[in-house]
Amino acid sequence: MKPARARPSLAVFKFASCDGCQLSLLDCEDELLALAGAVEIANFLEASSRVLAGPYDLALVEGSITTEHDARRIREVRAQSRTLVTIGACATAGGIQALRNFADVKEFTSIVYARPEYISTLATSTPISAHVPVDFELRGCPVDKGQLLDVITAFLRGRAPGVRAHSVCLECKRRGAVCVMVARGTPCLGPVTHAGCGAICPAYDRGCYGCFGPKESPNTTSLASGWKALGASEAAIARAFRTYNAGAEAFRKEGDVHERR
Amino acid sequence: MAPTAGARAFNAGELDALLQALRAEGWTLAGPRIRDGAIVYDEIGGAAELPAGWTDEQAPGRYRLRERDDRALFGYAVGPHAWKKYLFPPSERLWTAVRSGRDVGVSEEQAEPPPLAFIGVRACELAAIAVQDRVFLGGERADASYRRRRENVLIVAVQCGEAGGNCFCVSMGTGPAAASGYDIALTELVSGGHRFHARAGSERGARLLSRIETRAATGDDEEAVRALLARAGGRMGRTLDTRGLPQLLQANLEHRRWDEVAGRCLACSNCTLACPTCFCSAQEDVPDLAHARSERWRRWDSCFTGDFSYLHGGSVRASIRSRYRQWLTHKLSAWHEQFGSCGCVGCGRCITWCPVGIDLTEDVAAIRSGAGAAQQERREQDT
Repeated sequence: MKPARARPSLAVFKFASCDGCQLSLLDCEDELLALAGAVEIANFLEASSRVLAGPYDLALVEGSITTEHDARRIREVRAQSRTLVTIGACATAGGIQALRNFADVKEFTSIVYARPEYISTLATSTPISAHVPVDFELRGCPVDKGQLLDVITAFLRGRAPGVRAHSVCLECKRRGAVCVMVARGTPCLGPVTHAGCGAICPAYDRGCYGCFGPKESPNTTSLASGWKALGASEAAIARAFRTYNAGAEAFRKEGDVHERR
Repeated sequence: MAPTAGARAFNAGELDALLQALRAEGWTLAGPRIRDGAIVYDEIGGAAELPAGWTDEQAPGRYRLRERDDRALFGYAVGPHAWKKYLFPPSERLWTAVRSGRDVGVSEEQAEPPPLAFIGVRACELAAIAVQDRVFLGGERADASYRRRRENVLIVAVQCGEAGGNCFCVSMGTGPAAASGYDIALTELVSGGHRFHARAGSERGARLLSRIETRAATGDDEEAVRALLARAGGRMGRTLDTRGLPQLLQANLEHRRWDEVAGRCLACSNCTLACPTCFCSAQEDVPDLAHARSERWRRWDSCFTGDFSYLHGGSVRASIRSRYRQWLTHKLSAWHEQFGSCGCVGCGRCITWCPVGIDLTEDVAAIRSGAGAAQQERREQDT
C-alpha cells in the first residue's frame, strides 16, 4: 500500500451551473469509499470544507463561463491543474444559460432583477474549452456517474476513457427498447445525440431530449426533415435544438435554421 | 421444402400444450409478445401471451400495430427484435481479470446459458441464424460464447401467412417457406377452423409433437399451407433484384447514389442493430478504481460509428457516405467472399427501423438503373 500522500489529488471546480454534475460524484455511493481511497480529495467544496492548496493532478470543472471574473478564474484553475476534465453540458457546451447567446442579456437582467445595475455578466455563456485547453470533455445534463468514474479512473491510470461518441440509438437498441420515432411517430433526438445516458427517455416511451449534446457526425438536417415528416413545426424543431446543449455547434446551427423559418 | 410425409395438424387450442411440453422438458420459452407498441421477442409463459389478433403495418421508417379481424397468433411479419439478441447478446462479459499480489488471474465466462426454445421463428430468420452460424462458428476459431448459446436452442418456426410492407424474402430466396434449421415448422391456418400444420425437422421436434394431440395432416391442410405461402410470397412489400449484385456494387463505388443517401443517413446505427445478421461488436475493458479487477465486455457495435473504423490517428471512414457504402457493400457484396452467402435475408428490418426510412432496395435499384450512366460518366472522365 502506497503512503496516503502519494495518492493523486482531485479537485472539483464550479462555474455557472446547477451543481448537478458534481453531485453525480457524491451520488457514487457504492464507489465513494474506493474513490476516496484512490485519490486525495483536495478541493471539493460540495463534499468537504477542507481545501488543500494546488497544484492538482486532476481537476473536474463544472459550469460555463458567464462573467469576467470566471473567465479569469478558469485560467487560474487551468494553471494549477495537471489534467483538466470538463463535466456536463454547461462546461462542455455552455448549458441552458447559453440561450442568452441568442438574445439580449440586458433585456433579461432588466426583467429578472430589481436592481439590474448590480449584475455584472457577459453577453454569452461559453464552454470552458472556449477559454482554456481542456484534456477531456464529459457530456451530459447531468453527466452519467458511471462514465464519470470511468473518466476519473482513466486519467489516474493514464488510459483513454471508455466514453464513446456514437448515438443514443446504440444504447436504445442494446437495451431492447422499441424505437419511439418508428413505432409511435414521436420525434426523438436520439439519432443525433451523444450516448451516455443509457437511452432513458426512449425506454420510457419519450423522445430523446438531447441532454448529452451532438454525437460525432450528427446529421441534424436529415433528422429535422424526419421530424417535419412526423408533423413537427419549425418552432418545435428549433426549440428541440435550443436546450441544454444549445451552444454546441451542430445544435446551434440546426436551431438557427429553424428559428429563421 | 422438406417432405410433407408425416406432417401433422392440431387445433390452435393445442398450441399451449406444445409450449407447456417444452417447459416441462426444461426449456425457457422466448417468443413474440406485445410491448411498447410493437411485437417484440421476450420470455413467454404460454400461448396466452402471444399477440392474438394483432398484426403489424410496416413502411420505410414506420411501424404500427393493428388489430386483425381474426384471432391469429402469428398474424404479423417481423418486429424490432431479432433472435440474435439471445445468441449474440447486446452486452456480455467475456472474462474477468483479478490482481492478487503480483499475479493476475484471468477467468473466462463459463456459465451455461439456460436452454431456450425460440417460438415463432420466420423463414428469413432461420436464414439469418444460419448466416450468423457461419460467421461465429465457421472458420478456424469458433466463438465459444455463441456456440454455448446456440447449442442450447430449440427452434419452433412459424411460416408466414402475411408479408410485411418491407418484406422481400422471396427476392433473397429465404422464404416465406421454412427450408431447414428448425425442430418444428408450424403454419397457422385460420380459415376453415383455427389450426396449425406441423412438420418435424428433427427427432426432438418429432418427439415433442408426439406429446400433444395431433392428427395426420390432410390433403386439404397441405393445400391450405401451399395457398397461404403462395399468397404471402405474392404480397412482398419490396423486391430486390439480386442478379449480379455483388459485381454491380463493386463496379459502382463512386456512384452518385452514395452521396444522395449520405445526405439522409443519420449514421445512427439502427439498421445494423435491427439487422438479424449484423455481428459487429466492440470490446471494452471495465477496470475498477483500485485497478485490482478488470472486466472485458463485448457489446454490439456498428460500422456506422466513427470509433468503429478508428485506427491510429483517426477514423478510416470519417464521412457518413463511406460508412453507408461500407455497410451496404459488405452486406450485399463482400459478404459472399467472406462467408459464402449474401448477408441480407430480406426481412426488411433495416428499412422499417431506419428513423428516416432509408430503403436499401431503392438504393440498389437506383444504382442498377443508373449503372450505365455512371460508367459512361467515368469513361468520359478518363478520356
